[in-house]
Amino acid sequence: MQRLKLFLPLLVFIILAAVFFGVERRVQSGDYAPTDLPSALIDKPLPEFSEPSLSDGRIIDKAQIVGEMFLLNVWATWCPTCHFEHPFLLQLAAAGMNIVSVDYKDDADGAKRWLAQKGDPYSLTLFDEDGSFGLDLGVTGAPETYLVDADGIVRFRYQGALDQRVWDKEFVPRIDALSNQGAAQ
Amino acid sequence: MKSVWLCLALMLFSVGAAAVIETYQFDTPLQQKRYHAFIEELRCPKCQNQNLSGSDSAISKDLRRQIHQMIMDDKSDIEITQYMVARYGDFILYRPRFSGQTAVLWLAPIALLMLGLLVWWRMASGRKSKLVVNDAPLSSDEQARLQELLADDGAAAKPGEKR
Repeated sequence: MQRLKLFLPLLVFIILAAVFFGVERRVQSGDYAPTDLPSALIDKPLPEFSEPSLSDGRIIDKAQIVGEMFLLNVWATWCPTCHFEHPFLLQLAAAGMNIVSVDYKDDADGAKRWLAQKGDPYSLTLFDEDGSFGLDLGVTGAPETYLVDADGIVRFRYQGALDQRVWDKEFVPRIDALSNQGAAQ
Repeated sequence: MKSVWLCLALMLFSVGAAAVIETYQFDTPLQQKRYHAFIEELRCPKCQNQNLSGSDSAISKDLRRQIHQMIMDDKSDIEITQYMVARYGDFILYRPRFSGQTAVLWLAPIALLMLGLLVWWRMASGRKSKLVVNDAPLSSDEQARLQELLADDGAAAKPGEKR
């Protein structure tokens, strides 16, 4: 028994090594990102806002976009990951997903050019020049994507680029659950 | 010699320690003090471990501007803290409120201290009980053996002196 006690530090080391190795693997496979913050908005209503539309400058408020489930995508032309994400958003929009976007702390002309050149997956783009709506959303950077339900409640927030894998894993189950709930009511 | 002192003095100034420089105007020294307290105590949401005063990221700039704005609008400290927590959660506070989610943060040091004290106490009491065993008086056999050893020792020491 006394001899076994000598191996206690080794045992502790092995357990810790296994834990760290497991976390590191999850980081590498993309299941866990230590830099991601839990959003303070989950299950809370989308904050009130009134921001100009990028295309024609008319002021849009919350009541005009809430009504059916939609995605709220935060992007900017200065954000390299947004370039990467853009084709997938076009694909989602083509499949019938309603995506509203926030052009976050950007230059209006550059943003218009971007949408003209790369295609516009958004049903509406809000132009948040000074980042005030971004602040209300708790945005820490771009891209970020919020899933907002028919009642205007934020159900999920994803930090980083959307792709097919993230979409299937994180969004599809939640969207299915929300649609089932809606159907049951 | 003078240049050595100059070098040593220069080492006291680090480039990294120079916090971001922004010029915000305040009406009273108290407002300025509150602003500095906030940017020291609030954490940059984008960075892993930097406060707002040390971070150069865009979001920290926005938050510093927002804090300045709210202080100039005569918002109370509680209102400003609530505003930040409503948007960024407990993460933004370097001293988070006590809740179910943050209980581990607050209680773990106390639990670890207790564990350490427990281990220490058990080890100390183990050592003490061993000492008590050694204090037991010698039996007559042991006394005889001890005398024998001491006598041997005295005999062996004499030839040593000659060397």
